[in-house]
Amino acid sequence: MNWKRKDLLGLQDLSREDIEYILDTAVSFKEVSARPVKKVPALRGKTLVNLFFEPSTRTKTSFELAGKRLSADVLNFEVGTSSVSKGETIVDTARNIEAMKVDCFIVRHSVSGAPFLISNSVKAAVINAGDGCHEHPTQALLDLFTVREVFGKISGLRIAIIGDIFHSRVARSNIWGFTKLGAKVIVCGPPTLIPAGIEKIGVSVCYCLVEAIKNADIVYLLRLQKERQQENFFPSQSEYRDFFGFDMEKFNLAKNKFFLMHPGPMNRGLEISTETAEKENSLILQQVTNGIAVRMAVLYLTVRNIQ
Amino acid sequence: MENKILSAPEIKKILDKLSDLAIKELGKDIAVIGIKRRGAILAERIKKIIDRKNAVNIDYGSLDITLYRDDFSDIGSGPIVSGSELLFDPEDKKILLVDDVLYTGRTVRAAVDQIIDYGRPKIIRLFVLVDRPNCRELPIQADYLGIKIIAGKKQIVDVRLKEVDRVEEVVVKEKT
Repeated sequence: MNWKRKDLLGLQDLSREDIEYILDTAVSFKEVSARPVKKVPALRGKTLVNLFFEPSTRTKTSFELAGKRLSADVLNFEVGTSSVSKGETIVDTARNIEAMKVDCFIVRHSVSGAPFLISNSVKAAVINAGDGCHEHPTQALLDLFTVREVFGKISGLRIAIIGDIFHSRVARSNIWGFTKLGAKVIVCGPPTLIPAGIEKIGVSVCYCLVEAIKNADIVYLLRLQKERQQENFFPSQSEYRDFFGFDMEKFNLAKNKFFLMHPGPMNRGLEISTETAEKENSLILQQVTNGIAVRMAVLYLTVRNIQ
Repeated sequence: MENKILSAPEIKKILDKLSDLAIKELGKDIAVIGIKRRGAILAERIKKIIDRKNAVNIDYGSLDITLYRDDFSDIGSGPIVSGSELLFDPEDKKILLVDDVLYTGRTVRAAVDQIIDYGRPKIIRLFVLVDRPNCRELPIQADYLGIKIIAGKKQIVDVRLKEVDRVEEVVVKEKT
């Protein structure tokens, strides 16, 4: 297996082998974070830029730590204080930063496709850290990594993804990743938040939470993105919680041995009850830990080839 | 054209002799660390020899130095990062660092850097089966060495070990 791509823009165009190669590489990087000196010189002298046009704490910090543990220099580009607010286009912004000789852009943007646009106009590596409602590939990779770590495999498992599928880039990337690796994916949420025709990409749809989680090995709860609910997709948050919130009552109806995942940040008492989030079945913090290893692997594989 | 320079019994004899010498000079409280892949195999054998002869159980570890290389742009786009297994703390230990061939010295430099990231050993000594002294690019020399081979840059020294290659020998051949 040879990794030739300069970018990681999504999981849709990766093969099963590509995905497994990243996950295998990440295994070795996990060990680095367990050492007394949490650093290897693999990307020494390279410069990475966190180009975040949308707020983020976890993903940005995770990429920053991943870069630093590979000995790269990491620059955080603050959009609020930048020339973007003076009317510069994102392509101009990226080209100007590239002119300062950087090797990689880690891009988050509220518009789907923005990282592709940047990728086409720069020679540096581009990593998609979430674009609109499109993809969030490193989140899905860390989820796959975590599931593989817990079960030893992915093929044959049943994954129930619950919540706002319509607006979720996490859901889309996870659907591509899990189905390519041979798992069965069930999506569940209010009918208004399930995109029409989603069955065509290989998932089954279920509108009843109890039904969806019945035989699931993984219950994956999405964050209810309150900022995207201006158009009344459902009557009220309390009704959403009653039908699709995961609490102890639903916990007890799930499979005997199942695991709970959430991409964070959690809305406690809405899509997830505090009691269930604290259960030993919860993989939520393990997901965060694994995020560093997976992002180190992605940065190493892509940035290494940038001259 | 291959020229066989070490046979299986000769390799065994070298490992036995040098393990004894290392114990004599460093004492029984040493740890062996091998550089993947064939150095790690040799290190495991050395550990077994030392353990058997001295009724001890010394620490053993293996290093994957891919992330510490200074030449990763030259080695193509697909080096496999296979991970290091160093489950003991090298702080204040006497370490016997093992590799199959000492060539430019860059691999050993990378391995020493990596060990020091885990802790500060008291001593690191270098053990190699084959030394190619005329190809060195860094001031690094072996403390325990099996055989010296003067071969040019156009030649390859191939160490084959039964654990991964099924045969057990060291050969010199022309680069194709």
